[in-house]
Amino acid sequence: MSVIEKELKIETKNDFIVEAKNLKKYFPIKGGVLKRTVGHVKAVDDITLSIIRGETLGVVGESGSGKSTLGRVILRLMEPTEGQILFENEDISRLSNRQLRPFRKDMQIVFQDPFASLNPKMNVQELIEEPLLVQTSLNKNERREKAISLLEKVGLRPDSRLKYPHEFSGGQRQRISIARALALNPKFIICDEPVSALDVSIQAQVLNLMADLQDEFNLTYLFIAHDLSVVKHISDRVAVMYLGRIAEIAPKKNLYETPLHPYTEALLSAVPSTDVLNKREKIILKGDLPSPSNPPSGCAFRTRCPKAHERCALERPELINVSEGHYVACHLYEQ
Amino acid sequence: MTQKTLLDVKGLKTYFYLEGKRVAKAVDGVNFSVNSGETVALVGESGSGKSITSLSIMKLIGKPGKIEEGQILFDGKDLVNFTDKQMTQVRGREIGMIFQEPMTALNPVFTIGNQITETLIRHKKVSKAEADKKAIDLLKLVGFPRAEETMKEYPHQLSGGMRQRAMIAIAISCDPKLLIADEPTTALDVTIQAQILDIMDAMKKKFNMAVLLITHDLGVVAEYADRVMVMYGGQIVEQTTVENLFLNPKHPYTNGLLESLPSLEKEVDRLGAIKGMVPAAHEFPAGCRFSDRCPHVMDKCRAANPELVTVESGHNVRCYLYE
Ligand SMILES: Nc1ncnc2c1ncn2[C@@H]1O[C@H](COP(=O)(O)OP(=O)(O)OP(=O)(O)O)[C@@H](O)[C@H]1O
Ligand SMILES: Nc1ncnc2c1ncn2[C@@H]1O[C@H](COP(=O)(O)OP(=O)(O)OP(=O)(O)O)[C@@H](O)[C@H]1O
Ligand code: SF4
Ligand SMILES: [Mg+2]
Ligand SMILES: [Mg+2]
Repeated sequence: MSVIEKELKIETKNDFIVEAKNLKKYFPIKGGVLKRTVGHVKAVDDITLSIIRGETLGVVGESGSGKSTLGRVILRLMEPTEGQILFENEDISRLSNRQLRPFRKDMQIVFQDPFASLNPKMNVQELIEEPLLVQTSLNKNERREKAISLLEKVGLRPDSRLKYPHEFSGGQRQRISIARALALNPKFIICDEPVSALDVSIQAQVLNLMADLQDEFNLTYLFIAHDLSVVKHISDRVAVMYLGRIAEIAPKKNLYETPLHPYTEALLSAVPSTDVLNKREKIILKGDLPSPSNPPSGCAFRTRCPKAHERCALERPELINVSEGHYVACHLYEQ
Repeated sequence: MTQKTLLDVKGLKTYFYLEGKRVAKAVDGVNFSVNSGETVALVGESGSGKSITSLSIMKLIGKPGKIEEGQILFDGKDLVNFTDKQMTQVRGREIGMIFQEPMTALNPVFTIGNQITETLIRHKKVSKAEADKKAIDLLKLVGFPRAEETMKEYPHQLSGGMRQRAMIAIAISCDPKLLIADEPTTALDVTIQAQILDIMDAMKKKFNMAVLLITHDLGVVAEYADRVMVMYGGQIVEQTTVENLFLNPKHPYTNGLLESLPSLEKEVDRLGAIKGMVPAAHEFPAGCRFSDRCPHVMDKCRAANPELVTVESGHNVRCYLYE
C-alpha cells in the first residue's frame, strides 16, 4: 500500500479492527507479613483507542509507561481490570479461554527478545508447526510445506528448518518469531519492541520485511517501541503513553511535525539527531519518571512538565480532539 | 582548550583463544588518540570490538583473552607494561569508567554515599568528613537535588537513570583525566539519555576531561563527539571528525549504516539495509572484513585486507575504493 492509499484509509476511518474502551489494568502491590494488597500499579489507566484495519499504530513512551501491558491486555494474554476490547466489533474482554480460541488465530504477538520467546528445545520446524497443530487440521506434509513457505517469506533458507534457536543470530531469530506469528494467517499482530535488540543494519532488514509482509497479507500492526525514529518510519498513526495513559495520539505527520503535548515535544527534542548542520534545541526534562503506583495528582506529567500550571495539579486532563484525528490530554489545549 | 594528546593507542591487538585452536581477533590493530578536553566516539555494531578496546585500555582483559600487541600510551606512559598494582592507581583515579550495565558496576550492599566516599578516601586520601562533603557536591552536580538523602540509599532504590548518574558521580569523583563511557545511556529512555549526556558534556567542559564515548547510536555520536572512529570486525574502518563522517562519509559500511537508520528528519519508503550480518570475531572473511556484505566489492577486496589510509587531512578510510 502506498503512503497516499494509507492516508486515504485513515481518513475514511470507520473500519476498526480493534477497539479498546476505557481499558484498565491494575496490578496489586502486596505488602506486610500478611501479603495484603497495599496499593496498585496502574499500568494501563483508562485507555480508549481504535485501530484501523491495515494501519500501523505506533505506541511510544518511556520504560514502565504501560506499553507492553496495553498490548497484552488487548490480546487477552492478561485479564483487563476494567473496560472493553472489541475485535472486529465483538466484545472479547470477558470471553473464556475456550471462547477466545477462534479469535486467537487472528491475533498474534512478536516480542522484543526472540531468544526468550522461542522454546530452545524446539527446532524451527517444530516452532512454526506448533500453532498449526493447535489451530488447524493440516497434516504432517502440509505443515511441512507451510513451514518452508513461511521461512522463505521471512528470508530464511528452507534448510534452516532443522536448526535450533541458538544456532541463529538475533536478527534471524526475530525472523523465526515473525514466521511463527504468520503461520495462522493472522489479521492483527502486536509487535512489542521487535527490533529493539537488533543492530541498525539488521533492524533495517527486519523493518523492511515487516513492511513487505504487511502489504502482502494486509496486516494491521500495533507497533510498540521506544525508538521514536523507528516508530516514525513504520507507523501511520502514533500514540504517546505516559504512566498508563495516552498523552497524545495523532496521524504520524501531525505528531512529528506539530506535537502538542509538552511530553511529546520533550521526547522528540531529546532524540539525538545525525543532522550535524541543524541541531535541534533540546528540552531537558528534570527529574525521573514517577512511580506508577503513586502517580502525581492531576496531570501525571506535571512534575516534569516545563509548562505546568496550577490547574495541572488539581485536575486530570482528558483526551480532547484538537484537529482531524489529533487528540491531546493537556490543559493547555482546553477552552 | 588544550590540545595535548592524552591517550595514544598504537597497534592494539587483543585476541581470545577459544577451544579447538580458534582465535577471536576481537581487536585487531587499532590506532587512535584522544586529546584532553575532547570527546572521541567509538561506534559500531554489536561484536565489532568496542568494549574490548576500552577494557584493554583499562587492562581488564581476563582469560582466555590477552593483549597481544601494541602500546597504550596514557600521559606518555605505556599501560601495557604496568603491573596490576600500578593499574589500581590508574583505574578510578586517572581514568574513570562508566559501564554499560550500572547494576553490575555498583555494589548492591553498600549505599551510594559509601561507594563514592570509598573511592575518594582510597585515591585522594581525604578524611571521611571531606569525602562526605565532596560526595554530596558530586551528587548535586549530576542532578540529585536531595543529595543528602541519596547518599543513604542503596542501588536498588534508584531507577536506571539515577543509577547511571550515580555511576557518573563515582567515575568523575577523583577528577580523572580520561572518562571511558561504554554505552552509558543505551538502556535508558531518550529523555533521561539527554539528561545524562548533557551532564557528561558539562563535566567534560568544566574539568577539561577527555571522553572516550562508546556507542552504537550514530545520533549520540553526532550530538556529543568531536571525532569518531567506526569499528567493524575488530578494526577501525573510518576515522574522522564528526562533521566529516555525517556530511562526507566514505567507507561503504559507514554509508550502509547511515542508510539503515530511520531518522526524524527524512522520510523514506524503504530503509537501505546492509545485507547479511556482522561476522563473528573468529571467522572474518578473507580480505576486507566487510567484503561479503559490501555492495562495491571487487576481486582484490577478497584477496587482501585494505590498510587504513589517509584520504584527506584528518580522514582515514580502510577501503580499496580510496587507495
Ligand atoms: N505482571 C506484572 N505484575 C506487576 N506489575 C507489573 C506487571 N507487568 C508490568 N507491571 C508494571 O506495570 C507498569 C507498566 O509496565 P509495562 O511492562 O507495561 O511497561 P512498558 O511501557 O512496556 O515498559 P518497557 O519499555 O520497559 O518495556 C510497570 O510499572 C511495571 O512494573
Ligand atoms: N570472553 C570472551 N571470549 C571470547 N570471545 C570474546 C570474549 N569477549 C568478547 N569476545 C569477542 O570479541 C568480539 C568483540 O566484543 P566486544 O564486546 O568488544 O563487542 P562490542 O563492540 O562491545 O559489542 P556490543 O555492541 O554488543 O557491546 C566479539 O566478537 C566477541 O564475541
Ligand atoms: S575494500 Fe572492497 S569490499 Fe571492502 S569496503 Fe571497500 S569496496 Fe567494499
Ligand atoms: Mg515493554
Ligand atoms: Mg560492548
